[in-house]
Amino acid sequence: MDQKKNRDIHSRHIHRRTFLKGAALGLASMALPFGTADASVWEAFFQKHYREMSADDKRDVILRMEKEYAKAYDTKFNIKTTKPTPGVNFGYGLDVSRCIGCRRCVYACVNENNQSRDPQMHWITVLEFKKGERWVNVFEEAKKHYNPETVPEEGHFYLPVQCQQCENPPCVKVCPTQATWKEPDGIVVVDYNWCIGCRYCMAACPYGARRFNWAKPRVSKEELNPETHYLGNRPRYKGVVEKCTFCIQRTRENPGRYPACVEICPVGARKFGNLLDPKSEIRYCIENKRVFRLKEDLNTLPQFYYFFAS
Amino acid sequence: MTDLLLPVKNFITALKFITRGGKSYYAWLVFLLLLILWGVGAYIRQLDEGMILTNMRDQVSWGFYISNFTFLVGVAAAAVLLVIPAYLYNFKPIKEIVLLGEMLAITAIIMCLLFVIADLGRPERGWHILPIVGMMNFPASLLAWDVIVLNGYLAINCIAVFYVLYRLSIGREYKMSIIWPIVIISIPWAISIHTVTAFLYNGLSARPFWNASILAPRFIASALCSGPSIMIIIFQIVRKVSKIEISDTALFKIAELIAYAMGLNLFLFGAEVFKEFYSGSIHLAPMQYLYFGLHGHSNLVVWMWMAFIFNLTAFFLFLRPQTRENYFTLNLACILVIMGVYIEKGMGLIVPGFVPDVLGEIYEYGPSGIEKSVAIGVWALGALFFTLLLKFALPIYTGELRFKTPDPGDKK
Repeated sequence: MDQKKNRDIHSRHIHRRTFLKGAALGLASMALPFGTADASVWEAFFQKHYREMSADDKRDVILRMEKEYAKAYDTKFNIKTTKPTPGVNFGYGLDVSRCIGCRRCVYACVNENNQSRDPQMHWITVLEFKKGERWVNVFEEAKKHYNPETVPEEGHFYLPVQCQQCENPPCVKVCPTQATWKEPDGIVVVDYNWCIGCRYCMAACPYGARRFNWAKPRVSKEELNPETHYLGNRPRYKGVVEKCTFCIQRTRENPGRYPACVEICPVGARKFGNLLDPKSEIRYCIENKRVFRLKEDLNTLPQFYYFFAS
Repeated sequence: MTDLLLPVKNFITALKFITRGGKSYYAWLVFLLLLILWGVGAYIRQLDEGMILTNMRDQVSWGFYISNFTFLVGVAAAAVLLVIPAYLYNFKPIKEIVLLGEMLAITAIIMCLLFVIADLGRPERGWHILPIVGMMNFPASLLAWDVIVLNGYLAINCIAVFYVLYRLSIGREYKMSIIWPIVIISIPWAISIHTVTAFLYNGLSARPFWNASILAPRFIASALCSGPSIMIIIFQIVRKVSKIEISDTALFKIAELIAYAMGLNLFLFGAEVFKEFYSGSIHLAPMQYLYFGLHGHSNLVVWMWMAFIFNLTAFFLFLRPQTRENYFTLNLACILVIMGVYIEKGMGLIVPGFVPDVLGEIYEYGPSGIEKSVAIGVWALGALFFTLLLKFALPIYTGELRFKTPDPGDKK
């Protein structure tokens, strides 16, 4: 009698344990991408923070990712991990008097940086203001969704806003997992594989520069840019935050290339260069033009300067 | 052999107590289970398709989940309103029910954590926030602080509740020498969970509506209204359906304390309104959006005025001894406060942080069907957890449920 009871309990115990195991596996599989049962899923799951990776770790991760991307997008990707160049600190200049609000920068950025086309995501927001309205720190009068036949619209001017790469970035301070940080060359980056998608950084950013992948980002094969950087324009994932990186995959090259938005601007309103180089164009602008930065009262110290050339 | 089987036997005894009940009890459980399934279904869809199924967008990047989270942190923190009179002032009637308050705190914290998880884009990476295995950004990120204080508070209350229950279940009094340090820690800790949660918003200079020093004090004042109001209602249900006795004196004392807390809350609210409207700077916009609408957008206006009227009415009902000692007006006041604070500390706090957004755009947010379903699921899960906890704890409290101890001679 006693033995039988004992056995019952024993079998129930095993039963419960198998159940728990099954439940745990079920939960884990729910959270992981569907339909991929191979080891790479677990490698991705346990992938280290980018800054904790050794050179070997990085190589392994890049190899795995290139494989994953090749499979997902049917395209061969090159993912760079180019380090910042010593003695370089990037700065950006935008000539408000020249900007005509054509949004070519917005779309050049999308083409370069593999943002999702559906749902559509832009890293640059161009604001339209009526001349004579309040504007510098009060954006309430701004129009974001302006859509006239031709630009510039009579009696209006434009203010493009993107990540200001603050010297004192509030987004970096609040990130609970250190998934976003400021690189030595001034660029604020995100490790898309470390971000948990809590969106605290979006609440903290005074410039509305951060974007969240509310759905799975979709980019068609023809539109992909396969030349990427780990911290920059490599394809992103559902549920993570992203932002402008000053086209890290271009600007960290040697010789460096301009960010896509600078290159495309038809009126030359956009300037870019090394703040530490006294002979750079950006230094010339800062030293000789009437410059201002957005929301200076917040002391975020943007490395993005607005100025008036005329 | 029998010694080894004892825990199992005791477990089965406890299970019997939990699963035994009348028709209405089973109906309640089934009802909650259905709601939980409903919520889980919605959450699986959200995991699969992404948070695009919510109505949150880049402009309003936090919404209904974080609103519920904020309200529930307040409920959890409110257990302190029972702990102080119970242990510090040795107020007997409340001392008898302080355990229930702590159990409500445990439930509320679990719900808080679930709401935060529901809000994550990549919940499976949640471990990144942990120290050592992850990369917790401590002390810079207030979210890291919140993880610590919330889990710490959960642990403190679990230890307090289960230690007392364990001692009672083997027929002994709990030792004050063990409970006292827990109480001493739990009081400032309760204040800390709400302060840290307030600071989470408060520290963001990008959001003028939150970036006001009055935020944390107001959080605490309103928490000391909503949590105890929920408790007053729960206590009445508990004494009706179980043999446990809860004195009127205890309930009326709690009601009196709510009156003071609500008075303070209304005063702080007035201070905020004065500052914003009198100075009339551009930072008035979110306040204007809440109470009068902004550029024709006025989704929250009706709710905010309702919340204000509810809170004001409840304040007077709690303040007058005649109305707080009459069960009809007492319960009415409790319900008004719960709804009032739920609106004010929920959507009324989170949404205006994002409206207008930092570039002046106005995106009117209201929760989507998925968000409501997930929220219902979490609330049902909390209700189920609290029900089962009560079903287990109350018989121990009344002496109906006693566990066998290894040494029979040791029993009292």
